[in-house]
Amino acid sequence: MQATDANSLGGTRSASTATPFVVEGASKPAVGKRKRRAATSTTTQKRAVFGSNWLGFAFAIPQLLLIFTFFYWPASQALYWAFTLQSPWGGGNTWVGFDNIKAVVTDPVYWDSVIRSLVFAGLSTGLSMGIALVMALLVDRELAGNKIYRTVLVWPYAIAAPALGLAFRFMLAPEAGLLAFANHIWPGIWDPTLNGNQALGAIIFAFAWKYVGYNFIFMLAALQAIPRSLLEAAAMDGARPVRRMFDIQIPLLTPTLFFLLVLNITDSFQDSFGIVDIMTGGGPARATNLMVYKIYFDGFKGLDYSGGAAQSIILMLLVIGLTFIQFRYIERRVHYT
Amino acid sequence: MIERTPVFNIVSQVLLFLGLVLSLLPFVIVVIAATHNLRDVNTVPMSLIPGQDFFKNLTDAWTRANFGVKLMNSLIFAVGVAVGKVVISAITAYSIVYFGYRGRMLIFWLVFITLMLPLEVRIVPTYAVAANVLSPFQGILDITGITWLVQQVSGVQISLNFGLLDSYAGLILPLIATATGTFLYRQFFLTLPDELVEAAKMDGAGPLRFFWDMILPLSRTNIAALFTIMFVWAWNEYLWPLLVTTDPLKRVAVVGLLDVVPGQDSVPQWNVAMAGTLIVMLPPLIIVAFTQRLFVRGLVATEK
Repeated sequence: MQATDANSLGGTRSASTATPFVVEGASKPAVGKRKRRAATSTTTQKRAVFGSNWLGFAFAIPQLLLIFTFFYWPASQALYWAFTLQSPWGGGNTWVGFDNIKAVVTDPVYWDSVIRSLVFAGLSTGLSMGIALVMALLVDRELAGNKIYRTVLVWPYAIAAPALGLAFRFMLAPEAGLLAFANHIWPGIWDPTLNGNQALGAIIFAFAWKYVGYNFIFMLAALQAIPRSLLEAAAMDGARPVRRMFDIQIPLLTPTLFFLLVLNITDSFQDSFGIVDIMTGGGPARATNLMVYKIYFDGFKGLDYSGGAAQSIILMLLVIGLTFIQFRYIERRVHYT
Repeated sequence: MIERTPVFNIVSQVLLFLGLVLSLLPFVIVVIAATHNLRDVNTVPMSLIPGQDFFKNLTDAWTRANFGVKLMNSLIFAVGVAVGKVVISAITAYSIVYFGYRGRMLIFWLVFITLMLPLEVRIVPTYAVAANVLSPFQGILDITGITWLVQQVSGVQISLNFGLLDSYAGLILPLIATATGTFLYRQFFLTLPDELVEAAKMDGAGPLRFFWDMILPLSRTNIAALFTIMFVWAWNEYLWPLLVTTDPLKRVAVVGLLDVVPGQDSVPQWNVAMAGTLIVMLPPLIIVAFTQRLFVRGLVATEK
């Protein structure tokens, strides 16, 4: 995949800039893979270990107890609830098979929430990764003031989602803040408390703002791992900085970009809760009722444990699917960094 | 820089500067809004010249949300989670790497799988466990028939019940189990030379002594990096503390923000709301600003 990417890119542009890493991309994986296999098989076990097996196992017991109590048991419980009808305050459970799941997937409100979550995930990820990529490529040029950018761009990631939600709610409020002046010129043009699309746009923007710094860290680290000699060789062949970005740096960055893509999408399912809860409360008219928020709302506010559990199961499958994709491609990522 | 590109350099600087402004703008707006009085903060457009009411707004937000107690709770919560994660993941990784018992790879995978399902996704059943933390063990006793057996023999009905709601344990314990931390330590331990163990064994050191005298000093940087990132993560956690604590005196600062969110019915007190936002977001920001290197290192290492 990497090699063909490079080929097709190089083919349409100057062949000389493409040559060095086509060779690298094409020849390295086979050798590298074999080497790495051999290496991992010897290093996952220490040559010398301690003999006291019971003590060794005892070291792992606290973690095992925790993951059993707070992970495996609840996860299996969710499975059980998804297939039974459960009253929230105890009482009997009746086995209903796929009825709960069927009820969820035939509910148009649920599909509306899924589509809005996907739009949210796609747009916020695209926005934050796009901005982060431009920033990382430019910071990697090591111009003056480089250090300031490196430091400051990370800060937004340290802010709690509800806190930044409240800050953005103020800035984007229709009656005060930054965007409100638009209403002075064209009355009623901006009101996220009434217009669902504007509300969705507001939470997308707030989430993207937080994750620019996060993506930036990873992209910059990957860019700095690219050997300078590659860029210098391309410059000798007459490739200008922008051409080098498109023909060398971004293709070599694709594994990192892919990894970040998966990570951002998974995070957008979880980390959005605080932003949604403070900024919009799922409204107006369910326009920002994302999947995790809906689970919380149905399960805790509506006391519909079975429906909440069924939704949890579907979301779990989605997250597991995404994680699998990530692991499937993780080899590629490791190879270039 | 390889060649001279004056025009492109200017373009780059302009773009970078725009990015900087975009990153800093929300911080600046929050601080400025927190200095205004009620009338000024609701004027459109809001004046960017700071007002006089900064400390008044801070004290207003502080008393309204009772931030004194809540910041303390946040501190206990975040330190508890971070220390718990650092300790638990270090000893688990030590167990997996430095001992030869069977089933240790199974343990590694059991821990690793938890990565796939973050708390938010399994929130409803995890809450049920927190309401009665012994319910999983009760479940095991019920399924295996021990409950029935004991009742037949002694006439005693086993019912285990221990709630963690509204307690520090309930806040902290469910968040401690960590796959990323375990993975980080495992990778680090594997890079340590085998000769270390051999030498330690030759000198007569047992596993406990080796852990204390060799492994801990060697992993100091990793411990600091993991602690920083987990502290910030726990401080910013919202959904779990929101559910587990209902007693206002047990709530953490991030949840305390709910007390300063402006209501719908009166003139919104954005100045107080922004002062509260500032109080909540400052501690992790200070930590990240001062331990930037550790934070970035922890971030890149744990996500690999």
